[in-house]
Amino acid sequence: MTTLTAKDKDAVRTFWAKVSGKEEDIGTDAVARMLAVYPQTKTYFAHWKDLSPSSPSARKHGVTVMKGVADAVSKIDDLKGGLLTLSELHAFTLRVDPANFKILSHCLLVVLSIMFPNDFTPEAHVALDKFLAAVALALAEKYR
Amino acid sequence: MTQYTLQAHRPSNRCLWEGRRVALKVASGAGDLQTCTGKPRDSKMVEWTDFERATIVDIFSKMQYEVVGPAALARCLVVYPWTQRYFGNFGNLYNAAAISGNPMVAKHGTTILHGLDRAVKNMDDIKATYAELSVLHSEKLHVDPDNFKLLSDCLTIVVAAQLGKDFTGEVQAAFQKFLAVVVSALGRQYH
Repeated sequence: MTTLTAKDKDAVRTFWAKVSGKEEDIGTDAVARMLAVYPQTKTYFAHWKDLSPSSPSARKHGVTVMKGVADAVSKIDDLKGGLLTLSELHAFTLRVDPANFKILSHCLLVVLSIMFPNDFTPEAHVALDKFLAAVALALAEKYR
Repeated sequence: MTQYTLQAHRPSNRCLWEGRRVALKVASGAGDLQTCTGKPRDSKMVEWTDFERATIVDIFSKMQYEVVGPAALARCLVVYPWTQRYFGNFGNLYNAAAISGNPMVAKHGTTILHGLDRAVKNMDDIKATYAELSVLHSEKLHVDPDNFKLLSDCLTIVVAAQLGKDFTGEVQAAFQKFLAVVVSALGRQYH
């Protein structure tokens, strides 16, 4: 939607520093929630043996996704360039409908709200919401 | 007795209006004319499981209205600043601190949250329960219905922070379903 201001980037980096070490838990919880709250997202994982939110496949996927988000934080100054390969992956191989990026972002924010109730202030929330929207945009870059 | 089977006109058999996968069947003369959702015309549209009912009642019985309401509305005004357009007379909304400390925001947040009480008490007919409020939001307040979703996302996040680990994926699903039904009911009388 918009470009990230210096203030936004600072807020994201600051918050992310607090998150350090808990990335795996955040990722697995976010993906589990996504599968539970938005069952239509399960359509992308028909190849998993076990589609329940707590399955090993889901947990593993949460870790994978979170690595991507953490990577995006480090490349926050050039998301389009930095996430090029990931964008190609999502565009040509995974072909995830971009509407789902919003869904996962929302689940991520819910998890952050639960795990960091005092740090996830409205200011941190807006910066992270903008950041995740920018990541989603960068991921959709190669779609068409 | 002739029976007609209408195939929905998309290969995925998706009913355009309801967005659900349906096969349309009309039995002639049998009097069981069905809507395109396949349900009899007078059936309730929303079905709640026991878990969902219990979850919603539980969340609201423990709700700290004066904390959650103000926090949710303040968060909405900060995270989605264009929503401030509806609160021109609320005074100082210049920054997050001002918004979070604004007494009019706090009072209104509490009012909005209490507005959900009637849905909790009438879960089987939320549509009718909010008909009047829907007209109000449309005709008097002129609120873009998209904003309802923004506020409900913020409310979810605030409630999540309150309930912590108890706000499991299943609880979140029930809560968001409840809010989605409310949002839909509030948007119904717009024209």
